[in-house]
Amino acid sequence: MATATKSIADEIDTSTGIATPENVVVRFAGDSGDGMQLTGGQFTLSTALAGNDLATFPDFPAEIRAPQGTLFGVSAFQINFGSNRIDTAGDAPDVLIAMNPAALKVNLSSLRKGGLIIADSGEFGERNLKKAHYAANPLEDDSLGAWQLLSLDISRQTLEAVKPFGLGNKDALRCKNMWTLGLALWMFGRPRAPIIQWLKGKFANDQLLQDANIAALNAGHAFGETAELAGPLKQFRLEPAEVTPGIYRTVTGADALSLGLVAGAKLSGLPLFFGGYPITPASAILHSLARLREFDVTTFQAEDEIAAICAAIGAAYAGRLAVTSSSGPGIALKTEAMGLAVVTELPLVIINSQRGGPSTGLPTKTEQSDLYQAVYGRNGDAPMPVIAARSPSDCFDVAIEACRIALEYMTPVMLLTDGYIANAAEPWKVPNVSDHAPFPVSFHATPPAEGTKFNPFMRDAESLKRVWAKPGTPGLMHRIGGIEKGYDTGNIDYSAENHQRMTDTRKAKIDNIDRSIPHQAVEVGPQSGPLVVVGWGSTYGPIRQAVELVRAKGHDVAHVHIRHIWPLPANLGALLKGYARILVPEMNTGQLKTLLRDQYLVDARPLNKVSGQPFRIAEIEAAIMGMLNQ
Amino acid sequence: MNEITKIAPTTRPDDWATDQEVRWCPGCGDYAILKAVQRTMPELGARPENTVFISGIGCSSRFPYYMETYGFHTIHGRAPAVATGVKLANPELDVWIITGDGDGLSIGGNHMLHLLRRNLDVQVLLFNNEIYGLTKGQYSPTSRTGTRSPSSPGGSLERPAAPCAFALGAGARFIARTIDTAQKQMPEVLKRAYYNKGASFVEIYQNCVVYNDGVFDQFTEKKSAPQTQIWLDHGKPMLFAAGTKGLKLNRETLRLEVVDVVDGDVSQVIVHDETNKAVAAMLVEMPFPEFPVALGVLYCDPVRSFDESIVAQDQKILSSRVADFEALLLKGQHWEVHGNPARIDVEF
Repeated sequence: MATATKSIADEIDTSTGIATPENVVVRFAGDSGDGMQLTGGQFTLSTALAGNDLATFPDFPAEIRAPQGTLFGVSAFQINFGSNRIDTAGDAPDVLIAMNPAALKVNLSSLRKGGLIIADSGEFGERNLKKAHYAANPLEDDSLGAWQLLSLDISRQTLEAVKPFGLGNKDALRCKNMWTLGLALWMFGRPRAPIIQWLKGKFANDQLLQDANIAALNAGHAFGETAELAGPLKQFRLEPAEVTPGIYRTVTGADALSLGLVAGAKLSGLPLFFGGYPITPASAILHSLARLREFDVTTFQAEDEIAAICAAIGAAYAGRLAVTSSSGPGIALKTEAMGLAVVTELPLVIINSQRGGPSTGLPTKTEQSDLYQAVYGRNGDAPMPVIAARSPSDCFDVAIEACRIALEYMTPVMLLTDGYIANAAEPWKVPNVSDHAPFPVSFHATPPAEGTKFNPFMRDAESLKRVWAKPGTPGLMHRIGGIEKGYDTGNIDYSAENHQRMTDTRKAKIDNIDRSIPHQAVEVGPQSGPLVVVGWGSTYGPIRQAVELVRAKGHDVAHVHIRHIWPLPANLGALLKGYARILVPEMNTGQLKTLLRDQYLVDARPLNKVSGQPFRIAEIEAAIMGMLNQ
Repeated sequence: MNEITKIAPTTRPDDWATDQEVRWCPGCGDYAILKAVQRTMPELGARPENTVFISGIGCSSRFPYYMETYGFHTIHGRAPAVATGVKLANPELDVWIITGDGDGLSIGGNHMLHLLRRNLDVQVLLFNNEIYGLTKGQYSPTSRTGTRSPSSPGGSLERPAAPCAFALGAGARFIARTIDTAQKQMPEVLKRAYYNKGASFVEIYQNCVVYNDGVFDQFTEKKSAPQTQIWLDHGKPMLFAAGTKGLKLNRETLRLEVVDVVDGDVSQVIVHDETNKAVAAMLVEMPFPEFPVALGVLYCDPVRSFDESIVAQDQKILSSRVADFEALLLKGQHWEVHGNPARIDVEF
């Protein structure tokens, strides 16, 4: 399990020169235009195909085409893979592939001491060094002494490999990432066939680029095979991880979420309506769904965030399973409309792919600082269920759960994910939708008895959900709106006792949802004991790994990870009170901590990080040890 | 342009009225508009269960509560956005948007722009009273410069927006204008709006008796109306003042002029071609009182509606693709693990 403390050098078989570590962390880093995300994505696929468990962390700049060679234009892709269970993208890379000086400078500090640097020396010219603020070429002085260095002129190697195709210099150099990928495939003993297959598809309409990229890939691989390297370049062999048999694919959070929404629509029997507006990092969901029109999906790119949610509310009124999606600033814009969905009691799923805030903040970086916004952030008493995804593949199940709650309780539901989950990929055992219980919707269609009027706020005595009568149904014409409505009539009603009753009912309806959600389980560790680490969302991986490490040292620590943020699971208060200490690591300044203190009067202690980067395992491990030693 | 055939009504005006007490101020122009709409609905052949009235916030936006149809009183400025969702979710519904000058052109101006540009098949009735009534009388985006109000005690300094000019600039393909008291003409305008397939924008001058009383008197007073109003009719010469005056297009200046019609000679008078956008651009902003106020259907040049385009694209997609969810889950590269130690088969 240990990813933070082990050195690969310890595991090299000196007779063969082949290292057999349990897991390896590799980071590809280059200029925004170097295709690092693509390289990382394909390396991820080959890793998955090799049967290793894995987790990835794409880290790219907010600028679309940052000036070449600059520090702020560096784009990186980190992958942690191994023969053991992998929950995080790894604390510190073992291997750093740096395509230019800026990539080296930005990423060097996170590289494990003794780790391997593979640098494209062809890019370490005076101009690029200056752009990266290097006074001297770090490949040529001894400033990199703490690491192993393999300096290769990847640019020249690539140019030679693609020479036969007669590409211009610029196009030829764009094949550098495939050369590098070829070398990486050799290092980890991976077949090239799946990548070649993918290149053939990608460049199906451009034979020249297809041939050149394949040639570069092959050349990088051949370089590893044939180069007589006495230096640090070693091959690694990782055994496949133990995984449940089944069919697998890799999936990002955004893709899993989109598929989950389509599955939710299928399980409910309703067509899906999605209203969205472009915003990082949420747009990927709009893109995915826009390609799925044959699954009874309507996507609407609205003129702004407000229109996106309002159109979704309109679609819900007309009888669709309605969804809107954004990130923090866009969610803020949707807030008034959320209140409308609350008071009109219409089903709606609102997805927040959280990013660093406040305001525009860090659009491409991750944070989980919108929990207060989700739970508390509306005018009036406007309770709304909130649920959170913990990993890319978890998004599928969480999306289905959000649809279920929205429809079974006639309420808007906030689904929290984040930039990290949205972009990161992991292997996913392809689910069977029939494993999920369907939640078919029946619209109200019975006209009221002669001489009586239809009340759209007629409720189910048990769940308190109101009836759903859609326009087009004869005899059930009715008006809804943002003004308070009479409990017994559905007409405008400003009276004091009615507002009290309606407010109480809306609250009770949402509180009731805890009856339909599972009791909080303990991920690992005892049901009561000296310390519990409580998390939510994408901190799952580092918390899980940190708890495992501390447990391996003999401390009986537990991990609780909350999916249902509001209402909280019915047993959570009693569960938490069974532990002497409660540690709540969050990528915010302590929001779940506040919620737990408020709900249960427990002494929850925060561990906070808001750097735009996920927690490192070591950071959480240190906090647990510190708390145990208090 | 659209052929309006006479339809045998299956409902009566009463069928379109709710049991709710109407809460507008006595004498408000909204009463007359409500009455005209309820009177027109049966003649359209519309069905209450198939009709949705959607409004934002403001005096006019209470309208849906008084219509025995489906209705949604939404939030300030957002009726076009909610209506878009309703119409896209069920294109079979007749969707009407009720808004005002503040709701539709100030807080909701952006949505109005995009609704018109997309040409969603809905009817927009914009009640223009040139004031914020529900919030007690502040100047609005259509208030004339100099309007004294609680928020502009020294007179407003802003230049007003012209709703029909805004609509034309936004790309609306149907623009009409009428007056709350024009009970004779309004049903015809509403019918034209209803039968137009696309976004039909109708500005209705509506008198606010409390905060802006008489602001339209100069051209709505019965006595002077023939001199101050010009009702346009497609294919007919643009005449007013009981046929004694007309509008002429000066071919030198490319501007409209008022000309006297002597002995019924209309040879100088321009014939209303409602598909002519250039002329529409002049009609929507004719300066008053030098010119009469243009009323009726000012512009109508239909193109395919947004909802119709979506339905067509959906049909194309459905005829060429199969909705196989199992296959979708397996899209791209996937592999099968048969047991441990894992044996892996790759599929593409």
